[in-house]
Amino acid sequence: MELINFVKDFAELFEETDANFFKPSTKFRDIEEWSSLVALSVIAMAFVKYKVRLSGDDIRKSLTIEDIFNIVKAKQ
Amino acid sequence: MAYLNFPNVSLIGLSACVPRTKMENKSLTIFTDAEAEKFIASTGVERRRVAGKDVCTSDLCYQAVDGLIRDLGWEKPEIDCLIFVSQTPDYILPATSCLLQNRLGLKSEIVALDISSGCSGWIYGLSVISGLLSAGNLKKGLLLVGDTILKTCSTADRSAFPLFGDAGTATAIEYKKGEEGFKFHLACDGSNFETIIIPEGGYRNVVTESSFEMKEFEPGIRRKRNQLFMDGMNVFSFGIQKAPESINLLSAHFNIPLDQVDYFVFHQANKYMNENIRIILGLNPDKVPYSLKDFGNTSSASIPLTLLLSCKYLAHTRKNIIACGFGVGLSWGSVFMKTVKPVCPDLIEV
Repeated sequence: MELINFVKDFAELFEETDANFFKPSTKFRDIEEWSSLVALSVIAMAFVKYKVRLSGDDIRKSLTIEDIFNIVKAKQ
Repeated sequence: MAYLNFPNVSLIGLSACVPRTKMENKSLTIFTDAEAEKFIASTGVERRRVAGKDVCTSDLCYQAVDGLIRDLGWEKPEIDCLIFVSQTPDYILPATSCLLQNRLGLKSEIVALDISSGCSGWIYGLSVISGLLSAGNLKKGLLLVGDTILKTCSTADRSAFPLFGDAGTATAIEYKKGEEGFKFHLACDGSNFETIIIPEGGYRNVVTESSFEMKEFEPGIRRKRNQLFMDGMNVFSFGIQKAPESINLLSAHFNIPLDQVDYFVFHQANKYMNENIRIILGLNPDKVPYSLKDFGNTSSASIPLTLLLSCKYLAHTRKNIIACGFGVGLSWGSVFMKTVKPVCPDLIEV
């Protein structure tokens, strides 16, 4: 599991935000398009692509995309 | 693993009753127009039915079952058991099933019990009534399942109030020797009991004056501590894992090829979650009916209500159906059945 691929998977969940905007250090809550629905799509992506069940707390305690990546990696 | 197989029983009738009053999500003052559109697009819920102050779940179930008994041609003294599944009973005690036995004019030599269960309640209730009937000592049973769940929601909680609707259902089960019956997978995980909860008002946290204080938990989410709380992200995470897992376990254990199943009827959680479950299972949309658009998430009633509204599919020939419930508890389960022309009266409105 590579960080660069995870960031790409994360970016694909957004319809309007330019893919180049997304970096491991991106604070995802600051993205204008971020919403509770996008949060669910992150949970779905982690489950479908990485077979990891993220909890609500996993999302709530994360600030950056890399934070979520680290949780997914630890749970694999 | 909790697998159950109850042969010699058959689902022979299904009915449902909803309140006549409709509530349109586009008209809610807790949403701007854009927010309402976004909510409807993601949840699939355009409107719900709302029970009046004096209408209980048992009233909806009573209306559903009274006509069904007539349409089935059953004589009331033939009915041997009655199970009521709900999280919105008439009283803390006594059990609502006892009240319904009397109100329906059923004999007193009857097995009557309540089951406290929500989104997986129809599956659990069906397993219990099937188990009671399968040996042939009892011949006819009624499974009454529903909720007036909006009574538990804060009208100022836009994560819950626009999602739920009220409904009551009745399912008639009969002992029939030689029928294949029902095959179940059942499970629960109480470690996540706080994911969907009414925190105060039971006996663990008794109701106090502070239970009635309205608090803002997030922007747009205001409720009292004796009202329904739901952690949307945890519910979603749970649902997309456990619903497909339960169906796959059921399929593997009982050797049921999923491509030979005609319809998959899921608890109507919300469209975004249910579509994720459908996609994870690789199911054709034509095989997955919905009732969310006009009725919302009707808690324990959602599976039988959806089955009833899809009844045109059931009325002609034998159909293979898998139903799957998942939610509060956390609790989940699936059932496989073959329906043979069940009696399905039109939806009742009161």
